[in-house]
Amino acid sequence: MSALHPTTTRFRQNSREALANRNIQAAMSHAQSGFVAKRAAARAALPEFDAIRDAARDLKNEVLRNLGTYLEAYEARVTAAGGHVHWAETAEDARRIVLEICQQAGAKRVNKGKSMISEECGINDHLAAHGITAQETDLGEYIIQLRGEMPSHIIAPAVHVTVPEVEAEFRREHSHLDAGRSLAELPDLLAEARGVLRERYFQAEVGITGANMLVAETGQSVIVTNEGNGDLSQSLGRVHIVMASLEKIVPTLEDAATVLRVLARSATGQEATVYTTFSSGPRRAGDPDGPEEYHVVLLDNGRTNMLGTEFEEMLRCIRCGACMNHCPVYQAVGGHAYGWVYPGPMGAVLTPSLIGLEEGRNLPNASTFCGRCESVCPMRIPLPGMMRAYRAREFDRGLTPGAARWGLGAWRAVASRPRLYGAVSRLANFGLKLLAWGGARLRWMPLGAGWTDHRDFAAPPLGGTFQSQWKGPR
Amino acid sequence: MAEPDAPRVALLVTCLVDMIRPAIGFASVRLLEAAGCTVHVPRQTCCGQPNWNSGDRAGAQALARTMIAAMQGYDYVVVPSGSCAATVIKDYPAILAGEPEEAAARDLAGRTHEIVSFLTDVRGVEGVEAQLSARATYHDSCSGLRSLGIKEQPRRLLASVAGLELAEMEDAEVCCGFGGTFCVKYPEISNKMVSNKAGNIAGTGADLLLAGDLGCLLNMAGKLSREGRGVSARHVVEVLAGETETPPIGEA
Repeated sequence: MSALHPTTTRFRQNSREALANRNIQAAMSHAQSGFVAKRAAARAALPEFDAIRDAARDLKNEVLRNLGTYLEAYEARVTAAGGHVHWAETAEDARRIVLEICQQAGAKRVNKGKSMISEECGINDHLAAHGITAQETDLGEYIIQLRGEMPSHIIAPAVHVTVPEVEAEFRREHSHLDAGRSLAELPDLLAEARGVLRERYFQAEVGITGANMLVAETGQSVIVTNEGNGDLSQSLGRVHIVMASLEKIVPTLEDAATVLRVLARSATGQEATVYTTFSSGPRRAGDPDGPEEYHVVLLDNGRTNMLGTEFEEMLRCIRCGACMNHCPVYQAVGGHAYGWVYPGPMGAVLTPSLIGLEEGRNLPNASTFCGRCESVCPMRIPLPGMMRAYRAREFDRGLTPGAARWGLGAWRAVASRPRLYGAVSRLANFGLKLLAWGGARLRWMPLGAGWTDHRDFAAPPLGGTFQSQWKGPR
Repeated sequence: MAEPDAPRVALLVTCLVDMIRPAIGFASVRLLEAAGCTVHVPRQTCCGQPNWNSGDRAGAQALARTMIAAMQGYDYVVVPSGSCAATVIKDYPAILAGEPEEAAARDLAGRTHEIVSFLTDVRGVEGVEAQLSARATYHDSCSGLRSLGIKEQPRRLLASVAGLELAEMEDAEVCCGFGGTFCVKYPEISNKMVSNKAGNIAGTGADLLLAGDLGCLLNMAGKLSREGRGVSARHVVEVLAGETETPPIGEA
């Protein structure tokens, strides 16, 4: 899988493989409870949390109503500060722009802070194809880069990897280090990655980061990190490139603060991340440090097509990951099963929006509509409702599989005729009893193997349907 | 027995209760009558949730119209399922938005209640007369919990059942993996979810699983029995109504 070669059409097969993969299952069950408990504690500690969610939702709605205005204001601020804003309509445009900037800077090495937009654009592979080495500096991103994988989670990219797997990867990759060293604990791994990466910060000409927000009022880009790797990546190189999608804009610094108050709490349960960094452009005369050039690549890649549709509210997403942390489907199969850049409930809406319903139609179907994602979303995005809207589009465009369409049509025909429905339900009631051979449960049902392969089915007791037994008033 | 000015309540039986477990319907009737209601069972079919959740809006509209016609003229419509109740209460106005029946959909939505919350929140029931010697655990079905806010009401009524001890399971609010057609469209994922649930249920040491939705109960009871966990399963209204002569779900 890569951004250019999605496997979302293989979702069922991907998920079967993930369910059979012991490492993924061990890593996922370990991670889940931590995220859920930490968010719950953070929420409980801030009584006005839900009110801040409302404010965050409202301010982002205001942005989406006037997106062009805010983007132009933002661009004017960046330009006035000596930076450059590049508009990328597609991922291909973004790849070309980033490569050109790197080539003009004479770059051989690029350091990267964590950026999902760079994943969406496949930047690392593109730079590599042109002789430029991109080095991931976020610990999770570093791990999956060594493994040749994509992130399986938008804020914890290596959440599907166990500690022993990381240890094995580090021993192979860092063969210059003492073979007798201990790497059994997470802090050991963190310290080792930090030591290895520290030297590389000084070798790169260009630093690429993402942006959690872009502030229209000040022209600043904002990143939140816990390792400090983003700051080193962006301030030690000669050139800083920010890759951001255009809906990351917020009007004012005050608004940015509102979003920050729900972001970390929803993501990791922290009140704030360890580092919150505001970048205001290239180094000014008299600044002790900072990049000589500052570029912002603003990616659309299909997002403006969502404006004015029933999927517009998805553009409020601040990429906290709470929806996937609380999603029982995501927790069961992990992020790679979703087959493209964005997994979990937010991915189930964003993926078909960005790469098309034909390619992404499996994802909005793979939900029980349990509603836990919507209940924890800091931006109050109605994720299940939007998944249902994609199912409706799928149905209307004839993409729903034939057997399912037939079944729905037959059910409608029966259930819109009460007498026929009564006859059919009596028949089904009787048929289930026959199949159970007088017993209380079935271990096999015709057309029901998906159920009975894994669990029994309760047979109805004698006596017929409830409606046929009812003798009271109608 | 009901007074002459007793509210006229229509029981929306639900397809699964009608076909698989009528005892839930009779228990519902007993509880509603004990709460001073006159209970009617109009001839009825499916609320249309399978069509609505599968993207078949026209099919959902057809079944919503059928249900609206069936439920006309009653003071309340009460449902022994948070999931089917939420379809009527939360989804019907959207399903029929812009259609001639939109106002009727809103009217029905306003009269419809899930049964346990109807007893506590509308009829002011504080406790029941039932008695059952068991250690039970309660699963919060998703639609009832997150769409209708049903959490504390069943626990409050269960606390009044003599002899019943309630033990909370870990992740009681996490989906059991039923999800309507989900469980047959994605059987492996559904199996993983219900396996986790069965483990959490067994972890309480309970001998009885209770919930407010038969779909979820069939899923969990089927897994518990396949795994030989030795935990029985019943709809919560069976216990509240003292209707426990019918064997538990999937047992003879």
